[in-house]
Amino acid sequence: MDWNFLIFAVLKIAAVLGVLMTMVAYAVLAERKISAFIQDRVGPNRVSLPLIGSIPIIGPLLTRWGIWQPLADGVKSFLKEDFTPSHVRKIYFWLAPAIALVPAFLVVAVIPFGSTLGAQKMVIADLNVGILYTFGIVSLGVYGIVLAGYASNSKFPFLGGIRSSAQMISYEIAMGLSVIPVFLIAGDLNLGGIIDYQAQHGWMILYAPLSFPIFLVSAFAETNRLPFDLPESETELVGGYHTEYSSMKFALFFMGEYANMLAGSAMMVTLFFGGWTLPFAGLDTAPALGEWWKGLLHIGIFIAKMLCFMGLFIWVRWMLPRFRYDQLMDLGWRRMIPLALANIIITAVVVMLMNS
Amino acid sequence: MIVKRTQLTWWERLYLPALIGGFKVTLRHFKNTITGRTRVTQQYPEEPTKVPPGYRGAPYLVRDQDGDTKCVSCQLCEFICPPKAIKIIPPGDSGLQSDRANAEKMPREFEINMLRCIFCGFCQEVCPEEAIFLKQDFSLTGLARGEMVFNKEKLLSLGGTHAGIQKWKHKLDEAEEQETFPIQT
Amino acid sequence: MSAPAITETKSATPVAPAAPPPVEKIKIKVDGREIEVPKMMPDWQGRLQPTTMLQACQLAAQEVPHYCYHPKLPIAGNCRMCLVEFGTPMMGPDRKPVLNEDGSTKIAKSVLPYEPTTPRGAIACATPISPGMEIYPSSPATKQMREAVLESLLINHPLDCPICDQAGECKLQEYSVEHGQAQSSFVEAKVHKPKAVDLGPRIVLDDERCILCTRCIRFTKDIAGDDALGIVNRGSYNTIAAWKPGAFDNNYTLNTVDICPVGALTSKDFRFQMRVWFLKETKSLCTSCGTGCNTVIGSREEKVYRYEPRQNDAVNSTWMCDSGRLNYKWINRDDRLKDVLVSGAKSTWTTAIKEISGKLVKAPQGSVAIVASARQTTEELYLLKKLASKLGALTDSVPREGEGDKLLVNADKNPNSNGARLTGIAFTEMGINLPKIADGIRAGRIQTLIVFGEDVTKCGIGADVLAKLDTLIVSDILPNETTRKAHYLLPGCAHVEKRGTFVNVKGRLQKFMKAVEPKGDARPEWEFLHDLVENLTGKNGYASIEGLFNQMAKDVPAFAGLEWGKLGDTGVTVKF
Repeated sequence: MDWNFLIFAVLKIAAVLGVLMTMVAYAVLAERKISAFIQDRVGPNRVSLPLIGSIPIIGPLLTRWGIWQPLADGVKSFLKEDFTPSHVRKIYFWLAPAIALVPAFLVVAVIPFGSTLGAQKMVIADLNVGILYTFGIVSLGVYGIVLAGYASNSKFPFLGGIRSSAQMISYEIAMGLSVIPVFLIAGDLNLGGIIDYQAQHGWMILYAPLSFPIFLVSAFAETNRLPFDLPESETELVGGYHTEYSSMKFALFFMGEYANMLAGSAMMVTLFFGGWTLPFAGLDTAPALGEWWKGLLHIGIFIAKMLCFMGLFIWVRWMLPRFRYDQLMDLGWRRMIPLALANIIITAVVVMLMNS
Repeated sequence: MIVKRTQLTWWERLYLPALIGGFKVTLRHFKNTITGRTRVTQQYPEEPTKVPPGYRGAPYLVRDQDGDTKCVSCQLCEFICPPKAIKIIPPGDSGLQSDRANAEKMPREFEINMLRCIFCGFCQEVCPEEAIFLKQDFSLTGLARGEMVFNKEKLLSLGGTHAGIQKWKHKLDEAEEQETFPIQT
Repeated sequence: MSAPAITETKSATPVAPAAPPPVEKIKIKVDGREIEVPKMMPDWQGRLQPTTMLQACQLAAQEVPHYCYHPKLPIAGNCRMCLVEFGTPMMGPDRKPVLNEDGSTKIAKSVLPYEPTTPRGAIACATPISPGMEIYPSSPATKQMREAVLESLLINHPLDCPICDQAGECKLQEYSVEHGQAQSSFVEAKVHKPKAVDLGPRIVLDDERCILCTRCIRFTKDIAGDDALGIVNRGSYNTIAAWKPGAFDNNYTLNTVDICPVGALTSKDFRFQMRVWFLKETKSLCTSCGTGCNTVIGSREEKVYRYEPRQNDAVNSTWMCDSGRLNYKWINRDDRLKDVLVSGAKSTWTTAIKEISGKLVKAPQGSVAIVASARQTTEELYLLKKLASKLGALTDSVPREGEGDKLLVNADKNPNSNGARLTGIAFTEMGINLPKIADGIRAGRIQTLIVFGEDVTKCGIGADVLAKLDTLIVSDILPNETTRKAHYLLPGCAHVEKRGTFVNVKGRLQKFMKAVEPKGDARPEWEFLHDLVENLTGKNGYASIEGLFNQMAKDVPAFAGLEWGKLGDTGVTVKF
């Protein structure tokens, strides 16, 4: 029993979960505020805490930024009436939000969010087949939505669930295929290894330029974000698969969606944009023991890059109209997958030629 | 009719120009709002809403220049009100005298249920005496349903004065000028 | 006002119908359509007079607007509203009609002799038709005539519509919309006359609104027989007045309110009570005396506001007496019986009916007596008679005599005396059995008394006699001495709250409909009587008033052949 490992693992898990949950909450706020600004309005700007709100200058400023809004949302989720309609299949109804939420958190288990902090590597599970694990878990994410649609026993959730499951499994394939060139080039399935490769040779996006767009589009589709948000399109399907859910269960779905987005951003950062490294100022190497501040800086860099991608997710939402369902499936099967396959073949040929 | 479908160039078909255009538009809106060039949001309770003239707010009864109730209980508004929000009790045999010379009728009770009122303005349009007007109030609240049924006193107090043609007074003046019959009011 | 058709008495019992005399008809054209109309038609007194153009137009389904004309009043011809353009066949010097090229008769339109381009209208109410006449009620000239007349009438008419009681049933309003001008070019001061004049104990006169059609004067003089009204002052200052203040007080004054086409004469009782367009109109009958004048109940939301007469040429023409008309206020009295009381305690219908049925089933023959009011409907009396036959009970009604007059008021103040007689509850001399019932109770032979709608303490069966009874079952609508002593008190309904029929003193069976809901727990008497009779005789069937009436028509010989659906609005005569 390696107690050391166990204790540190538990600590890392707790830390990651904590940070992730906070980021989810503030991702909601960021989405609301950024969406508002894009739409010529202001977004949440009223929630104010009793004492902190009265600190001059800073208090009103924070209120205007809506910093405390996630707090209010959380309180609302807890206090709102959480009822189960009579026509649902209760077990699955209760199970579905959990299944939707958990895979997102599981995915971040393999992602290196920093270099090292002291003696500990900043990754919860340094798997040798990290990416396989990731794709396995992502496939599980389909179940949550499908189960929600099925259990709700109602027209619109059913349609939303069906559409979502078809969409997600279609784009899973494209996602998986698009990432293979990365590993062909790096030669290592370990995510930490990918980052080391990028630290030495430059960001992967320069070497696999076609992979990144395909992966990006597939990530949008996997997280049910516009322009692929048919399963929950409010204007077409009432609420899609989460119509019948209220209060805490709906909050779980919501959190699951944003957690998925964060996980997807983390994947993109790790695979294509160098993870926790920056190509200058010696930030591309793991710090020596004692340079704990560099470790923290690496974590900060990672989070910053992740936030950029989050911003992209939010930004794209208001840019593009929604794909129609047949257009969506057409894109996934007839364009993304052939493109990804072609990408693999070309990359393979190039790698072979370069190695010989 | 024939709809011309423009042929897209291969660059346009890649969809990248559209994407970039989208990015530019949203970024422009974002910058304008965050720097404050676009200010459309009204912070409601702090910034009161100014309603335009002719706004259809809550209906109230009005008095004329001399402070008399203008309503003569003709019950046309009660009839035309689509959700039947108005309920009028005519004077009947109560002996209630109009508080205005020469118009013999005045409602004994006049109730408008503000929860039923749809602010359509039909009552104002149909009133032959210009006695009911839709004023500027739009945020009516109460703690009980009974509170939101406004009776005659409340409606008169909220309505204020609306100077107009004092038809009944003119008739009385005209009649008193004519010497033929002694006029009793 | 519909055209008075040639009345033929409808008989319920098979009697050889008298062959109507052959009707002489004249061919005329109304608006280009040829129509055959009788040459003579009944006038306001029912005597045959030459058909007027207005009657002919009514037969051709063309309503000619009019104010002073009334089918039941002598013709005056002073309002000029019924002016219509017309033409008669042009006669040549050889007294033969001049023909057109195509052989049809040439029509000479009536024109002013000194201005042949101006059509001369004739007042349709007073001008008789002639063969070959052509009437043009829709021609532009007629329309212009009507506009002109309305313009003249509106010159001095006050702008009182918001406060005038006649709004909604005012002929001036209706014809102004249909036939009047949209704009007024009148800028002078109107003539002002006295307003709200007290013309009689029940009538308010507003002189400004009067259009001087003189319908009220003609009615009061010729129909009511009381020459009380007339026009005073000259020219624009014409005013209706009573010959002495307070002289207009006969028992038919409120009919002038009905016939006044504008709001000049209004009822003090109905003044400012409710706008007429809110009133639901239900066809019913007056219950104040045996004449059974046909009425229309004006009610809104379970409150009765007024009665108005309805036309029935066989009973009341188009009139009604004031005493009957104002007799609706008791319906809303606070002390109306609302609860079923068993031994003074509030109970339910099921309990009461069960107990009463139980007691009646066990009652020995001849130990029950029934006093049923002649104010009950025929169906209720029929059900009570069934009960009486089953129990071998003595039955009777209470007579109610008062003063009648020569017009509509009958001395018998019970609306359904003949109904009581025909169903067998009462006899030709009503009340003859009441002393027998009183004796029976005193002797102890009669132990159960059922009283419907009467206060028996006032007709020979005093409180001490009632105290001897085992069971006193009373159904009534207002409390009285008898209801206070009842063991079982079943609240009933006023005639406005139920459906049924009455038979008037002349033997006319008329039906009336329901206007308002019963108060509290009250139920129509025929409904709970039906339950009671069912419990005793075990027969099932009629759950509606229609079924009950049809069943009664089969059982009572005088009503043979009648059906509720065929009774119509004016009733049928029965033989008795």
